[in-house]
Amino acid sequence: MNTPVRRLSFLVAALFAALLVSTTLIQYVFASDLNGRPDNRRTLLATYARERGEILVGQNPVAKSVPTDDEFKYQRTYDDPELYAHVTGFYSFFGAVGGLEQSENSLLSGASDKLFYRRVSDLFTGRRPSGATLETTLDPAVQKAAADGLGDARGAAVALDPKTGAILAMVSNPSFDPNTVAGHDLGTVDKNYQALTKESDRPLVNRAIGGDLYPPGSVFKVVTAAAALSSGDYAADSELPGPAELDLPLTDTTLPNHDGGACSPSGKVSLEQALVVSCNTAFGDLGMKLGADALREQAAKFGFGDAPSVPMRVTPSSVPAELDQPQLAQSAIGQYDVRVTPMQMAMVAAGVANQGVVMQPYLVQSVIGSDLSVIESAEPTELSEAVTPEVASTLTDMMVAVVDDGTGRRAQISGTKVAGKTGTAEHGKGRRAHAWFISFAPADDPKIAVAVVVEDGGTAGSETSGGAVAAPIAKQMMEARLK
Amino acid sequence: MSVVSSVAPRSGRTTELVLTLDAVAIVGLAYVNLGLATTGSVPPGLAALGLGYLGVALAFHVVLRWRASYADPLILPIVTLLNGLGLVMIHRVDIAEGRDISDGVALRQLMWSTLAVAIAAAVLVVVRDHRLLRRYTFLAGAVGFALLLLPLVPGIGNQQFGARIWIRVGSFSFQPGEIAKLALAVFFAGYLVQTRDALSVAGRKVLGMTFPRARDLLPILIAWLASLGVLVFEKDLGSSLLFFGLFVAMLYVATERVSWIAIGLGLFGAGAYVAYLIFGHVQTRVLLWLHTFSPEALDTSDQLAKGLMGMAAGGMFGTGLGRGRPDLTYLAESDFIIPSFGEELGMIGLFAILVLYALLVERGLRTSLGTRDGFGKLLAAGLSFSLALQCFVVVGGVTRVIPLTGLTAPFLSSGGSSLLANWTLVAILLRISDHARRPLPDPAAGSAVAEARTEVVKLP
Repeated sequence: MNTPVRRLSFLVAALFAALLVSTTLIQYVFASDLNGRPDNRRTLLATYARERGEILVGQNPVAKSVPTDDEFKYQRTYDDPELYAHVTGFYSFFGAVGGLEQSENSLLSGASDKLFYRRVSDLFTGRRPSGATLETTLDPAVQKAAADGLGDARGAAVALDPKTGAILAMVSNPSFDPNTVAGHDLGTVDKNYQALTKESDRPLVNRAIGGDLYPPGSVFKVVTAAAALSSGDYAADSELPGPAELDLPLTDTTLPNHDGGACSPSGKVSLEQALVVSCNTAFGDLGMKLGADALREQAAKFGFGDAPSVPMRVTPSSVPAELDQPQLAQSAIGQYDVRVTPMQMAMVAAGVANQGVVMQPYLVQSVIGSDLSVIESAEPTELSEAVTPEVASTLTDMMVAVVDDGTGRRAQISGTKVAGKTGTAEHGKGRRAHAWFISFAPADDPKIAVAVVVEDGGTAGSETSGGAVAAPIAKQMMEARLK
Repeated sequence: MSVVSSVAPRSGRTTELVLTLDAVAIVGLAYVNLGLATTGSVPPGLAALGLGYLGVALAFHVVLRWRASYADPLILPIVTLLNGLGLVMIHRVDIAEGRDISDGVALRQLMWSTLAVAIAAAVLVVVRDHRLLRRYTFLAGAVGFALLLLPLVPGIGNQQFGARIWIRVGSFSFQPGEIAKLALAVFFAGYLVQTRDALSVAGRKVLGMTFPRARDLLPILIAWLASLGVLVFEKDLGSSLLFFGLFVAMLYVATERVSWIAIGLGLFGAGAYVAYLIFGHVQTRVLLWLHTFSPEALDTSDQLAKGLMGMAAGGMFGTGLGRGRPDLTYLAESDFIIPSFGEELGMIGLFAILVLYALLVERGLRTSLGTRDGFGKLLAAGLSFSLALQCFVVVGGVTRVIPLTGLTAPFLSSGGSSLLANWTLVAILLRISDHARRPLPDPAAGSAVAEARTEVVKLP
């Protein structure tokens, strides 16, 4: 009977070998798949159990992890939740959603490779591993001014430091309270989250960098003017036709001015005057003369078509690829299918302010380890040279004139030269237009560049209405910075 | 069938003592490790519990020295280590569930362990020769089948977690299948040793294999029906597979006929497939096995999925004792103790446990090879194989090799019946191994011829 017993031992060996293989498959080969499953409670608890880094505005944490007695060990809480909701995003059962929580999740959670050496030392010192703290570039005063200025209106506001690209303010309205979706009660969190996703105003969308994008309207004329000046064929005093209506070739329609009248009694305007009074016919004509390529190239130099990470991804703004002459005329005044983010328009203002150089916008000034050492510090980088310093200087003078004498008077700050441009972007017949304003100040030594959009804030056909609604908000933001 | 050895074998008792001390030390270390990881201090009961466990293991060692001095020296250390690790892990789950040590599952398990060791020692003392057991072949058979089917008796049979393999009298619940495994192994060994000639010789050759006569098929058909009954009525694939596998394996060992394996596998496969087609609970088990992470399966039970995720969380090296969350998986201290080990000790730790099991089985099979009598050979092979099969069913169930069943991991899982049965199994194996390794009486020393003076022819 020994032979079958020996054979039986081979069978036993095979059985155990199968178990070794299955164990290897689960614990080694497919372990990361299993750990990455969204319903894996262990992974969730493990990330919760590690103290997540803070998000600082100034010296104050707007997002921090507070120790709790429950099995999750830490509760994520948000200070000034509505004001910073789109900056922070939130951290919940669904993982890190939106804002810095999502974009810099690996740093905040401590899983980033940048923290590798720190983790190794934690291993030996027995210190509980914890995430890194993010110090933002936000200026709480500017942020607050933007939120207060927008009030209950839907819209967004972005402020940049033109010289560095540091984001000073990023506000999107309506906002939400991240604390309601960051709790440890799954039922409540899920209910609140579902409610937020269903709201028609879509409070979860960060309108400043994403969402459906906006037609820029007349603020885009800055880009058209930049293209004209850069072409070398135009100067601030170049004479343009400024009739009440511009005949559009290939069609029966015309491109009218906002108020229906001509831009000057003579029917001719200078480029500067056209910007000051926001003359549609002059810019429509200018666009057709420059051509679609020149317009698109100029837009691209300001950052159109890029999706920068600030570190949240900014939706690329766009000028349509195919444009016939009437569409080109429409596009030159920021209508037709030109679509922008407020961040992009702030970059346009900042580019003009910074002698034509557009800086890469960024939100994180520095990454600080749990031992308070600086792990990473932001270094301002140039994105592109949108226009030459000379063109930038001319554009600045023209934009100063807009605020001094034109549609942007509401943005005037006594004792400070402000450069700006209004916009009233129509988006569909019978609907109120979006009110826009982009600006920077002081014009001779810019410290802040701003873009503000108020959804349905303007009256279609009235250029001053955009200035009236959006410019005061921009003014408050600039004042908050310059004070 | 016999082993002739010219070298006087060593008893191995000293080896056993040293290894057993090692095993207890490892268990103690694990207990300290757990305390440090969960409370930051050495557990206060270390001395009492450690010395207590050491005492139990040493007592058994002394019994072996006294009654089975040539028994296999590796079996006791392996079992001591497995049982001790099980205690630590059960205690670990107690801690996670917030149960104090005084009313935890671990303390109960420790008492059962002590009782199980005492009974195993008693078996060694009472059963001086394993061949005694052969006298009770048919009694064992009757008891085995009765125990197997006992959970079906209304009133005492008790269905838990979908399988009806418990009996419950008052507050006392018991899994009789574990004891049945022992009784049936004794029965099969005794029965097959008697009938092996008829079962192995007569028959017809088909496709190069000699198939038995129709009337010799009766025993395997009875065993098959019984195992199908277990599958269908007790809803437990594991027990069913265990009993039938045990029978077929022993039948094969007794007859040396491969055709029995073919017949057995064919019968079991057909039976299981028909059961799958007919019975919803079998289909559910298969769904949970093949599509563990499908929404339908997760709606039914996410226990297996959670166990798998626990093991994945442990990865190669594990979270460390006390550092994981085994309690997230339901029944982490019994049916799912293997994933608990996988999570906290990692793949490496689980490998170590599997190797311990494999070693234990190997020692049993070696005992079978070395035993001189057919009954002992069959019994040792059967008991060892049943251990191997049970490990396969349990570990394979939680690692998705086969559908999940309600069996317990021998020596590790919490459960008194399992401990009693497996310690007794080990006692019988030790008894047989003592017989196998004991040197034959030296004919030169013991016989009358040897006593007589040697006549020396003096050469001139």
